[in-house]
Amino acid sequence: MQSRQPREPLRPASIFSWLCQALALALLLAVQRPAFALDESKPGVTEPASSGDVVTVPIGYLEQEVKRPLPISRLNIPPDDLGVAGAELALKDNNTTGRFTKQQFTLDVERVPVGDDAVAALEKLVESGHHFILVDAPAKTLLDLADAAKGKDVLLLNVSAPDVSLRQEDCRANVLHVAPDRAMLADALAQYLVWKKWTRWFVVKGVFPEDLDYLAAVERAAKRFGGKIVEEREYKGTLESRRSDSGEQQIQQQMPTLTQGAPDYDVLIVADENEAFGPYLPYRSWDPRPVAGTAGLKAMSWHPAHEQWGATQMQNRFQRFAKRFMLPLDYQAWIAVRAIGEGVTRTGSADLDPVNAYIRSDKFDLAAFKGQKVTFRTWDGQLRQPIIIAGPDLPVSMSPQEGFLHEHAEVDTLGIDEPETKCKLK
Amino acid sequence: MSTPRFGLAVAGIVAFAATPATAYTVYVSNEKGNSLTVIDSKTLEVQATIPVGQRPRGIMMTKDGKQVLICASDDDTVQILDVASREIVGDLPSGPDPEQLNIHPSGSPVYVANEDDALMTAIDLKDKKVVAEVPVGVEPEGVGVSPDGKILIATSETSNMAHFIDTETYELTDNVLVGSRPRFAEFTSDGTQLWVSSEVAGTVSVIDVKTRKIIKTIGFEIPGVQPEQIQPVGVRITKDGTRAFVALGPANRVAVIDAKTLEVEKYLLVGQRVWQLAFTPDDKLLFVTNGNSNDVSVIDVPSLTVVKSIAVGDAPWGVTISPN
Repeated sequence: MQSRQPREPLRPASIFSWLCQALALALLLAVQRPAFALDESKPGVTEPASSGDVVTVPIGYLEQEVKRPLPISRLNIPPDDLGVAGAELALKDNNTTGRFTKQQFTLDVERVPVGDDAVAALEKLVESGHHFILVDAPAKTLLDLADAAKGKDVLLLNVSAPDVSLRQEDCRANVLHVAPDRAMLADALAQYLVWKKWTRWFVVKGVFPEDLDYLAAVERAAKRFGGKIVEEREYKGTLESRRSDSGEQQIQQQMPTLTQGAPDYDVLIVADENEAFGPYLPYRSWDPRPVAGTAGLKAMSWHPAHEQWGATQMQNRFQRFAKRFMLPLDYQAWIAVRAIGEGVTRTGSADLDPVNAYIRSDKFDLAAFKGQKVTFRTWDGQLRQPIIIAGPDLPVSMSPQEGFLHEHAEVDTLGIDEPETKCKLK
Repeated sequence: MSTPRFGLAVAGIVAFAATPATAYTVYVSNEKGNSLTVIDSKTLEVQATIPVGQRPRGIMMTKDGKQVLICASDDDTVQILDVASREIVGDLPSGPDPEQLNIHPSGSPVYVANEDDALMTAIDLKDKKVVAEVPVGVEPEGVGVSPDGKILIATSETSNMAHFIDTETYELTDNVLVGSRPRFAEFTSDGTQLWVSSEVAGTVSVIDVKTRKIIKTIGFEIPGVQPEQIQPVGVRITKDGTRAFVALGPANRVAVIDAKTLEVEKYLLVGQRVWQLAFTPDDKLLFVTNGNSNDVSVIDVPSLTVVKSIAVGDAPWGVTISPN
């Protein structure tokens, strides 16, 4: 199975929520009137501009497929169109607006199989006139692409890689990051835990490099916001043999043992991005404590049950369009394509330079169902946005939390702020 | 929060007592309470709470003052409340998830924005039939009608446009780009200007109706309030064209704007997350809904003071006032 960036947080994780999803979709299909928007034949519709006047903006979507283990829970198997569906919906939104502005957007998806050459796929997109290319790929591939695109009229929009290094020492001038990085996610979670006064954290970590990257972000967040890590313990298990008959009985024994004998703590923090064991911890820890981090209570850009600030409409539109729930990578791809749409609409240009300059400027603001505009940080090209803190079925809060103050914008308390940036955009 | 508001209320009552007032009836929709709260504008007391459909948001009195139209968003319908009996007597085929509506000056049709469908729907009030559907931008929300009834406006929250629609032909004539997430559209009483609030951009665009150009984009700055908390939604302009009032959402303020110079004069502290507002027909009082503090603030317009806050139902959203 090809899986795309499953380190993206989290899907609704209970049988109940899946039943609800099935029911909700059935209702959506059964009850809602057929969408009769955009029917150009209806009387009273402004005729679209004649095709000669229309500016066409081709957008590329490059997905490097990655070999990943199956998620522990079958509820969290990534849908085949993860990310792409969000980009497609934003394309539809851009084109609805474009009918009035005589701009038309297209989306061309290049899927690169495991082991194949992503740079070749990029070159194909560049040669066919794509200035704006979304990238769903691991950090190393993204860097290869950014370096290959250097000197060309191309802007890459990173929709999935959460690596802090891409925003720090490995930052590139031709990349914008729509995906939140691990620092933003850990800061958002830490603020909530500190706001709750759950400040003593017992960390259980996996053995993979991503786990250590996530842990580094948690450690940084603890220092910044007043959390205290009382112990870090390693889980040495591998990613194999995760599903077997009667395996749960073993897990019921293993997880309490793993978490036994910790110093007093408030929250069990899991650093296990590959899901080697994290999802087993809730309800199985030795002490009765909430679980947070990469399992349990998680930080994410989007949750399918987020309904504040007009998000209900977004969820409805997405579900009607993709016939499934909207997940974080879908949202990130939606933002990337909408950002390009805003840049093109506001500048009246389809060229890279004016659009790129506009998106990065203080004139750019995008309504993204978070109760405030989302914009890009000038120092590293990272999208600044509030982050949702959620359990499996429902959002619990949204960070930044009240009381974490910032000189300019409270949302800049999440992630790498300007004074600490190591990024020199070039 | 409560202390300064209370202080203002005490100071304001004196001013208010000096103002002769006709008794109008104020209707407030309670989004979470699934009810309307009825307030007497003279006594400022709650008279009744009427249960209505699910998630009532935009509401508007019909021109004859006999009915209140209610967007029952989660019931996918516009309900008709008979004012005399205080009962729901029917509904309009609004399409899914109606949020805001407006009415032609002649009393019909009713215009409803369907956010989910990128459509404006016009419904004849008498025979309750859809007379037109106009495709507009993504997530239409605000609905404005020019005083002469010739222009219908839809604001689309994701396309960030004010769409000008001819009410006779239902043709889109112009699309004006405004700040992000435009929520509300209000004409000046002389019909020369259209004011559009942009919630996420934190601005109000004043558009010249003749040229369809933005004359000015009004921004807001409040000491001690983070800029992202300033989220303009409801806009009302006095009939004499001297002052505009803009509800600023989680900034918990109503901005008072000199409608001639287009400069902000003052910010009035009200309840939490203020969204919609409505004048009494004599323009003496302004009622504003505070969604997160579950109350309505009453502003005395001549003195620009908040004279009272009235507890209503859960999450007050829209407000409309009887013509007499």
